[in-house]
Amino acid sequence: MVAARHWSEEVFALLRKYRADLISYVPDAGHAKLIDRCRADIETRVVPLTTEEEGVALATGAWLGGTRHVMLMQSSGVGNCINMFAMLKTCQVPFLTLVTMRGDFGEFHPWQMPMGQGTPAALGLMDFIVLRADAARDVAPTVEAGLRFAFNSYNRVAVLFGQRLLGAKDFRTVRE
Amino acid sequence: MKLDRRKVVAELLTERGALVVVAGLGACAWDITAAGDTALNFPLWGGMGAAAMVGLGLALAQPRRPVLVITGDGEMLMGMSSLATIAVQRPDNLSIVVLDNEQYGETGHQATHTAMGAELPAIARGCGFDHASTITKMGAVAELRNTIHDRAGLRFAAIKITPADYPKALPPRDGAWLKHRMRVALLGEQAHA
Ligand SMILES: Cc1ncc(C[n+]2csc(CCOP(=O)(O)OP(=O)(O)O)c2C)c(N)n1
Ligand SMILES: [Mg+2]
Repeated sequence: MVAARHWSEEVFALLRKYRADLISYVPDAGHAKLIDRCRADIETRVVPLTTEEEGVALATGAWLGGTRHVMLMQSSGVGNCINMFAMLKTCQVPFLTLVTMRGDFGEFHPWQMPMGQGTPAALGLMDFIVLRADAARDVAPTVEAGLRFAFNSYNRVAVLFGQRLLGAKDFRTVRE
Repeated sequence: MKLDRRKVVAELLTERGALVVVAGLGACAWDITAAGDTALNFPLWGGMGAAAMVGLGLALAQPRRPVLVITGDGEMLMGMSSLATIAVQRPDNLSIVVLDNEQYGETGHQATHTAMGAELPAIARGCGFDHASTITKMGAVAELRNTIHDRAGLRFAAIKITPADYPKALPPRDGAWLKHRMRVALLGEQAHA
């Protein structure tokens, strides 16, 4: 039997298929494999951000110049972005972000709860299309739909990777 | 000496050729418009703190063109950590120029942090910019204009300007249209592919 590929491999292949040549991120554990995969690729320009709103402005400039950008962030980062999201809406800039969720399903960490629970509503305030993947088999089709919504039909899109996919750890008991 | 913002911008944009310009919201957007509104201008009307990163996106997407960000000290302070992000990428075709009047002119002339000790060029240098200077003479502005076109490395300059207000030279304000205008100018038919 062939070992199943981790879903991040499928996401990476889709980013290449849709020519998302510019990837930015603020790290999250759920994105670690995908970040490493992007960094290892010579055709992908990877931009580590200090804060998520930088990625929204980066996407705008990149689109002006003809490059497709995708941002990887944690749900807390959505809260950092809202005024920059307004710029995407005003200028109708296509945008895709892949968001690893916290505070979403069985969270241990109380400080992650407000922004995790508020993430879909915050995105909705700026007219994002919000898609979710909660199982490994759903990741690739959902990300592909997101890429099409962003770069074929020119929308602002967030694909949320739920904690049912990523796992919610209990800091007291889990050793990794 | 403190310089005149409209003269500084006119000098920076003389014979601009392929130069792509992003302006921070407010007075800087009016300044680049006063110098001549073109498809290669992207004047921001909002997104305070975004100008430098919009410039980075353009510089990475269009590596053969010089890209110039002209923004205010207040706008740059809001996006200050983007200087660290930009220095890591080090595009040789990007220049960031702050028109530093040491105040939030647009909102009623409240003093900014550059009036109270913050030195933006030192911060840029600390982030890893190869070139970062404070400019107080028109001759240095003319030199800066030439180095911008040479694409001779990532560059930051704070130009000290007087707090004078000018009549607003308003660029088009439909953001979607400004975006299309620049994409068509840069990408031609590919803008709609
Ligand atoms: C997020 C956000 N906060 C505050 C404002 C209000 N605002 C508009 S322009 C501006 C000041 C700009 O100052 P600066 O960049 O130094 O430009 P100047 O007018 O001094 O040339 C401020 C605070 C805003 N537009 N957006
Ligand atoms: Mg100012």
